[in-house]
Amino acid sequence: MWQELKTQLKPALAMLAWMTLLLGIGYPLLMTGLAQALFHRQANGSLMREGERIIGSELIGQPFVGDGYFWGRPSATSPTPYNAAASTGSNLGPTNPALTEAVEKRIAALRAAEAGAASPVPVDLATASASGLDPDITPAAALYQAPRVARARGLSEEAVRRLIQDHGKPRTLGLFGEPRVNVLELNLALDKLAAGK
Amino acid sequence: MTVMGVTQILIYLAALVALAKPLGAYMARVYEGSPLWLEKAFGPIERLIYRLSGIDPRAEMAWRTYAAAMLLFNLAGMAVLYLLLRMQGRLPLNPQHMGAMRPDTAFNIAASFSTNTNWQNYSGEASLSYLTQMAGLTVHNFLSAATGMAILAALIRGLKRRLCATVGNFWFDLVRGTLYILLPLSLAFALFLVSQGVVQTFRPYARAALVEGGQPQTIALGPAASQIAIKQLGTNGGGFFNANSAHPFENPTPLSNFFEVLAILVISAALCHTLGEMVGDARQGWALLAAMMIVFVGLLAVCLWAEQAGNPRLAALGVDPRALEAEGGDPLWTQAGGNMEGKETRFGIANSVLWATATTAASNGSVNSMHDSYTPLGGLIPMLMMQLGEVIFGGVGSGLYGMLLFVIVTVFLAGLMVGRTPEYLGKKIGAYEMKMASLGILVPALLVLGGTALGVMNASALAGRANPGAHGLSEILYAFSSMANNNGSAFAGLDANRPFYNLLGGMAMLIGRYWVAIPTLAIAGSLARKRTVPQGPGTLPTHGPLFVCLLIAVVLIVGALTFLPALALGPIVEQLRMMGG
Repeated sequence: MWQELKTQLKPALAMLAWMTLLLGIGYPLLMTGLAQALFHRQANGSLMREGERIIGSELIGQPFVGDGYFWGRPSATSPTPYNAAASTGSNLGPTNPALTEAVEKRIAALRAAEAGAASPVPVDLATASASGLDPDITPAAALYQAPRVARARGLSEEAVRRLIQDHGKPRTLGLFGEPRVNVLELNLALDKLAAGK
Repeated sequence: MTVMGVTQILIYLAALVALAKPLGAYMARVYEGSPLWLEKAFGPIERLIYRLSGIDPRAEMAWRTYAAAMLLFNLAGMAVLYLLLRMQGRLPLNPQHMGAMRPDTAFNIAASFSTNTNWQNYSGEASLSYLTQMAGLTVHNFLSAATGMAILAALIRGLKRRLCATVGNFWFDLVRGTLYILLPLSLAFALFLVSQGVVQTFRPYARAALVEGGQPQTIALGPAASQIAIKQLGTNGGGFFNANSAHPFENPTPLSNFFEVLAILVISAALCHTLGEMVGDARQGWALLAAMMIVFVGLLAVCLWAEQAGNPRLAALGVDPRALEAEGGDPLWTQAGGNMEGKETRFGIANSVLWATATTAASNGSVNSMHDSYTPLGGLIPMLMMQLGEVIFGGVGSGLYGMLLFVIVTVFLAGLMVGRTPEYLGKKIGAYEMKMASLGILVPALLVLGGTALGVMNASALAGRANPGAHGLSEILYAFSSMANNNGSAFAGLDANRPFYNLLGGMAMLIGRYWVAIPTLAIAGSLARKRTVPQGPGTLPTHGPLFVCLLIAVVLIVGALTFLPALALGPIVEQLRMMGG
């Protein structure tokens, strides 16, 4: 065995060096060049701007707590929700009392804001997302909040409902993924609608 | 189970099977050294690498030489990665000024990535520099995958050759697997991922002023797409960001999700056909693929049912867990329902469960939902998938050579039943092959149960649990199932960045990888030296339904006998408690 190890040592080290150069430097650099040239916006985080100011990414959720905005999924990131520099889920197990308590509080908060009163809460609105940055809620979760948002904004429920419908994303090609609404886009559209009222 | 969910899963399975034949046949050509169209592009690079490294790619190696080359190459890579992690603070391409990793953490990461495990005891965006991600982790994503495929190629040659002392050339297999399979697929896949919104940039993290005001949001970026492409294709699974493929910058759309989860299994599935092509009997490959597919679909169905049923404790609080599709004719009353804790809205239940089952069937270990928050029965499935030894598809190369160890055990058992010498593909299976196969099957099982047992006796290991009761035990059991079988996924609430998990887990990953790989190469060497025996009336055909059933039974019985007691104390008792209220 020692003889074999000795003869293979030099090729092993040389191979590692050249492969590192090819796969660790060459390949990522080439991909970055291509990505920046062909898909500049996506490659840099699909950032949204207002003039020069970056106001978020269309792929990354933001925290919303006011009655006049749609709320997103609960986020388990720390130290603040929707910390996009420290993605994480809650990792609470299904029988952990901490999970039941958290969900109970969220339901109480939703009902206190008089959003949909006592009807059952869409499950995504009461449970933390996997990334803590989920940009979407289900159409049901948006609709559940429509009465509260309409009241806070002084808009008709019908207008808010139309807004949800316009910003809802169906399954891709009618097949893939789940129907959803991007909360940041929806809230920006809501601001626009309320401003033009 | 919803109609749309099941439809998406069926499309997935169809795509997987459809790709197995063309990709499998192509990979056979790669390892047989046949001319390839891609040699026009990558041929010069291939020859340059051989020349610069002083290698004669046609020099045949005996299995010991092959194993020595493989071990040295992996060891050297591990050492370099360790140094890179320790010194990243002083190296370039570090816009967020990440400092050195602790020695025990760095050892664990180095062992993890060189063994194709990609268990992560760190958070990518909070602790690694761009240079470490590229020159360290991305490189190992390629090389550990190519290593697994090379070992498989050697084993297939062992099955095929007669009275031959050698099993091929490790450097030839390594370079060709990288240049003609992994790299071209990654180039195309990475570019597609960027088009969907996966980031690929060297810019520092962005800062966004929030719409509702308050503290600005720091948005982590980086050269992610190039790494994610290979982490999926090479059954690696180590996320660029902490939330792995649940993070919108790793997996932004349903389309990116479909192709990422397809990439998890496609090479491992196609390698079954590569085996069939290389031994000159395609039916042999299809039989193995059928066995894998049957176990996969069965366990997937259980997981899907459990997660769609949701958590009764939350339903009791006033949560609506039903799957709604335009309820009451209103298109807006639509939701995936089920257990959405730790899942993303765009994926819902079906795509999360499909991923969880695929990523643990293969030794990938990337996640698009948090397994720790699955219902107990839903979380049992990924755990069991790993405990079966990562042979249901399994890692690229390693999955199929692991399955071939089970094949050896199966023909041995069948031989015992009818009183004939066991054979596989015309080769007599002797005591030596049986010993080696048993080693390869039993050592990972021993590591899982032994590691868990030590964990529950260690104060620091116990303090790492995030959940109380039976679920806490499940976290530790999952951790060692994942590390010893080179999967890499986690019940991620477990705080595993502790010397206990880092050191013991690092050892488990190394032993779990090489203590299967070396016996496999030994079998390859032993089989290559044998003559082939003609098929007789006593030969058990290894391509029919009878053999497929026997093989599945052996895999399930070995797995169940070994792990049922441990599972009973973890997920099974938790499920009963949850149902009981």
